[in-house]
Amino acid sequence: MKPSILATSLHAAYGPLSVLQDVSFSVSKGDFFIVIGPNGSGKTTLLKILSAINPFQSGKLEIAGIPLKKYSRKSLAKIMALVPQTVPEDLPFTVRELILMARSPRMGLLGLEGDHDIQKADEAMAFTGVEPLADRKMDQLSGGERQRAFIARAICQEPQIILLDEPTAALDLAHQVRVMDLMERLRTEKGLTIVMVSHDINLAAMYATFLMLLKKGRIIKMGLPSEVLTFKTLEEAYECPLLVDESPLGNFQRVTLVPKKFINSELQAMAQKDRG
Amino acid sequence: MWITSILLSLFLAATIILGVSMGSTGSNIKQTLLSLSGIEKADAMLETIIWQIRLPRVFLATLVGAALSLGGLVFQALLRNPLAEPYILGISSGSGIGAIIGILMGLSPFPGVSVAAFGGSMATLLLLLFMTTGKTMLKKDILLLSGVMVNAFCAAFIMFLISITQDDRLHNIIFWLMGDLSMADLPQIWLLSAVVIPLAVLIFCLSNTMNLFLMGKELAQTMGVNTKVITAILLIATSIMVSATVASCGPIGFVGLVIPHLLRLIIGPDHRVLVPACMLGGGAYVVLCDILARTLPEQGEMPAGVITAMIGAPLFIILLKKSGS
Repeated sequence: MKPSILATSLHAAYGPLSVLQDVSFSVSKGDFFIVIGPNGSGKTTLLKILSAINPFQSGKLEIAGIPLKKYSRKSLAKIMALVPQTVPEDLPFTVRELILMARSPRMGLLGLEGDHDIQKADEAMAFTGVEPLADRKMDQLSGGERQRAFIARAICQEPQIILLDEPTAALDLAHQVRVMDLMERLRTEKGLTIVMVSHDINLAAMYATFLMLLKKGRIIKMGLPSEVLTFKTLEEAYECPLLVDESPLGNFQRVTLVPKKFINSELQAMAQKDRG
Repeated sequence: MWITSILLSLFLAATIILGVSMGSTGSNIKQTLLSLSGIEKADAMLETIIWQIRLPRVFLATLVGAALSLGGLVFQALLRNPLAEPYILGISSGSGIGAIIGILMGLSPFPGVSVAAFGGSMATLLLLLFMTTGKTMLKKDILLLSGVMVNAFCAAFIMFLISITQDDRLHNIIFWLMGDLSMADLPQIWLLSAVVIPLAVLIFCLSNTMNLFLMGKELAQTMGVNTKVITAILLIATSIMVSATVASCGPIGFVGLVIPHLLRLIIGPDHRVLVPACMLGGGAYVVLCDILARTLPEQGEMPAGVITAMIGAPLFIILLKKSGS
């Protein structure tokens, strides 16, 4: 089967400034693909390239087996949806209106929705649990509610691939897990491919089926979370004191930040050992 | 959508009938209705006034109001700026330069000055497109700032032209710049409808896309909108529509700013409803303002543009205050 996304040595630059260099990866259908990396590593740029917002200078990029450049915006919108990091806060629409807009790529010349579109919007609202908010205005929602509405909007677009840009960054703990669980259900129940950019390494460790660590536009490490999240790799990428051990929940890593005042000889000895 | 459109259509029809019935020679709604429907002819003079003077004028007011409101709505969505109005990108001052040059050359008001005015605004549009081609087109502030600069330059040039004009042509220039509906005649109206109506239909077909624009251009792109092409289509279509309007009656102010905001406050943000609503509501508003402009002064008449702002601004403030509480 063709991979959902196949990137071969992507290069991207803003003018003379190179933001992605020789980035190659493949995402299979049903993967939970998470991209981590420090600020300025090119994560968001990568997402914008995948969603055809930003161009790339060289390399090859195929979505569902077809080169990205062969897609019209409309046909791409039918197989890929984006949950952006920031959205205008003053959106004048209700949650239901926002979600219904996701049907636009499938609507006719006048852009009027039919019964089928309304049904799809209801399903998306039920799936994400935003039904009680349906008639609320977007600008009256909390951050977590707004995020869920935008996820419902992406689902209503009926894509095969959902791209998310740091969806948990501004959320409290409960909402973080809720968003991640939603994605997990979309993947396992509906067979969607999830591509997420995240700063939360611990959430990534628990949910990702495949992890990519970027730094300054290059792939530092790629693979299963257990392969990527080692002390050595993370220290190289983030250049800060870390502690990597096993999570009490199971067989995957837990990453703890180590502030200066906690650094002692014992930790330094452990770090030295891990560096090899 | 249908209910709003039907209600506003009825309102527009009522204002049109009122507009044809009222005037400086007195008003008679019943007589006018009978004459319009062809059941009973009025006396020859009233018949002439109704068919040759008031009806063209009311139709011109309707078209102008519809085109300017729609223009304001599109620019507010396109530039994502609530202060945007149909003249913000310099289209009216461009046509002002054209018109003044036409007047200074001694051309007749129609088609001479109108053609010169239209030429002026098209030149402005081309200049604006030239300034913003390429990547910068997608950055809304570039388009807005370029437009404002073009506008400022043209406005200064108009002042320059006025300052070097001394004879009675100066009066004609000032009169043109105030905006005036009294010159309406039927050929002019057919021509204007032939421009405004197809472009309005085109814009209506893009009304759902304008909704998506409100989410920001990047997100709109991921929802299947080719923002570059759509921006260009909307910009050009709206500019041509507004230019044709300004060319036929001068720049009538305030309609394009206040009507879209007013209707948004009343019926919400959905452009699929707002596009027809702005056309109907804007048309009715200018017809009403023109009735007042014709009938209020004891002698002569005042420019409709004066009334549009004097009524519109307080009305808008009241609604804004109500919606806030």
